[in-house]
Amino acid sequence: MRVPDLIRFARDAATGSPLRTSLLVLAVAIGVAAVVVLTALGDGARRYVVNEFSSIGSNLVIVLPGRSETGGFNPANAITSTPRDLTVEDARALLRGTAIRRLAPLVIGTSEISVGGKLREVIVAGTTSQFIEVRRLSLAQGRFLSEEDWGRGSAEAVIGAKIRDELFGSEPALGKLVRIGDRRCRIVGVLAASGQGLGMNNDELVIVPVALAQAMFNSNTLFRILVEARNREAIPAAKAQAEEILKLRHDGELDVTVITQDGVLATFDRLLGVLTLGVAGIAAISMAVAGILVMNVMLVSVAQRTAEIGLLKALGATGRTIRMAFLAEATMLSLAGAVVGYVLGQAGAALIRHLYPTFPAYPPTWAVLAGLVTALASGILFGVAPARRAAALDPVQALSKR
Amino acid sequence: MSAAQIELSGIERVFRLGDSEVHALRHLDVSIAPGEYVAVMGPSGSGKSTLLNLLGLLDRPNAGVYRLEGRDVTTLSPEEQARVRSERIGFVFQSFHLVPRLTAAENIALPMMLAGIPPRERADRVACALKDYGLENRAGHRPDQLSGGQRQRVAIARATIMRPAVILADEPTGNLDRATGEEVIRLLEQLNGSGVTVIIVTHDPVLGGHARRQLLMEDGALQHDSAREGAA
Ligand SMILES: Nc1ncnc2c1ncn2[C@@H]1O[C@H](COP(=O)(O)OP(=O)(O)O)[C@@H](O)[C@H]1O
Ligand SMILES: [Mg+2]
Repeated sequence: MRVPDLIRFARDAATGSPLRTSLLVLAVAIGVAAVVVLTALGDGARRYVVNEFSSIGSNLVIVLPGRSETGGFNPANAITSTPRDLTVEDARALLRGTAIRRLAPLVIGTSEISVGGKLREVIVAGTTSQFIEVRRLSLAQGRFLSEEDWGRGSAEAVIGAKIRDELFGSEPALGKLVRIGDRRCRIVGVLAASGQGLGMNNDELVIVPVALAQAMFNSNTLFRILVEARNREAIPAAKAQAEEILKLRHDGELDVTVITQDGVLATFDRLLGVLTLGVAGIAAISMAVAGILVMNVMLVSVAQRTAEIGLLKALGATGRTIRMAFLAEATMLSLAGAVVGYVLGQAGAALIRHLYPTFPAYPPTWAVLAGLVTALASGILFGVAPARRAAALDPVQALSKR
Repeated sequence: MSAAQIELSGIERVFRLGDSEVHALRHLDVSIAPGEYVAVMGPSGSGKSTLLNLLGLLDRPNAGVYRLEGRDVTTLSPEEQARVRSERIGFVFQSFHLVPRLTAAENIALPMMLAGIPPRERADRVACALKDYGLENRAGHRPDQLSGGQRQRVAIARATIMRPAVILADEPTGNLDRATGEEVIRLLEQLNGSGVTVIIVTHDPVLGGHARRQLLMEDGALQHDSAREGAA
């Protein structure tokens, strides 16, 4: 039998029983769609986390006031009084840590920035000159905050790319005086456009010296201290030193939390590992179910078409031809299911991205390929047994069945 | 008598049903020359269909030798037997056995498709066959849109499309009324007129009487062979 004839014959046989065919296609499609959507979720979660953390700098150790913010509920917290605040002096003391390369204290608040009649609400970050290295930011224009005594607070500001565009448009921003809250500052630098990072958009940030920000917000506490360890191996040491130094300064009470990127990433890694395992498991199960369904439906098809097989043999069909016809049918149904499943899965992933725009739910290519190949392979593999059975039928026995 | 086209010697066919055995064919010796027109007759259950299935290589004997055109076909592999069925034998069934989802033209073309004949040649030969059997305006109809007589004509067209040397027809008129049945017999006789060996199983003594040679089966054995009459 010629290949085009074989394909047409198998196609007609498949479309001849629409219910059986659509069930089969659906089963395979669900398997493939499950793989596409689930891996899109898993990989999306992984990508989301990696993006978030790689955008805040590496070898980062973050000090925040209060105990155990990420360490789960601690009954001691409920009793102890409000924790001691973090101060600029605390930050300065941390510079003694041998495992610590540099650090930047951070104060955060909202204020208004105005220039030439334009007014805009902004997030103001008060920090020091090394913030730009610690956070791995880069400048588009000018310079970053000057290296000065942390208590001085010169009236200068570095603004995010989006703020620059909105306030100045095509006009030069460097050297301009702006009003931030009730202070007048000179713009000394503009950050390069970067996008999201740790829930804070750098493009909409206004950065001023830490003392200036504290004066603006009338406070002398810090929101965070961002610490950069000497290298990746030094992260645990940097954490330990930070805890030790601050404990000493805070009358022997460890009332701060020091988190490392590694710790957070490890937690997510474990979570994502479990998620990926689950995805793999579900995908494997759905594929196996689809394959077994293909086999059973094809076996039923062989049984229903016994008389036809006998007839084909009486008309001169070889066992090989019959095998090929059934195999072609199983392959075709699996292929159709794989394509339908692929489209459904991609649509599902697109829907997730539409509903949660910040979540990069793209299925990884390897998973899509693996899903498609598995669907085809299982269809063909599970199609072999029914095809062999059909081919082995004795023509006269088969014919007498009606 | 020219060299036999079909030569059966010592053919036995036994069906085992649990403990009991049914001797469907007992020690059968038959020889049929090319171009003969043979009617196989006898009561129900006498082994006529079993004989025809053996001749058509749809079944294998338990013992004995079947020579087709000088070749022992009982020892051939299944694939080789399929080739013989495809090229040398045409089968016509009582219940037509058309593929319901295929049109008349597609049913007729089926053996050629299975044999891998190119589509262009298939189309030409199907067009010829449709004309020969008066089915031109039924080409695109499916079996359920055809009358019994038309269905059997499609089946005969299908059986002859590969230009076989032997046509085997198992009660081809069994599901047809008398007039339609006679028309079908006429078609088979026309084929025989063109040199094809025709072997028909029938209950009907009138139709059987048309044939030049009658084989009378009874209880799996050949009871009477009209060709031996004169010799005896
Ligand atoms: N597949 C089979 N299994 C068991 N017995 C069979 C089978 N086919 C035919 N027979 C038996 O063989 C005998 C001959 O059957 P068959 O050739 O169909 O008779 P006929 O066609 O002359 O009516 C019958 O007794 C029948 O019951
Ligand atoms: Mg019979």
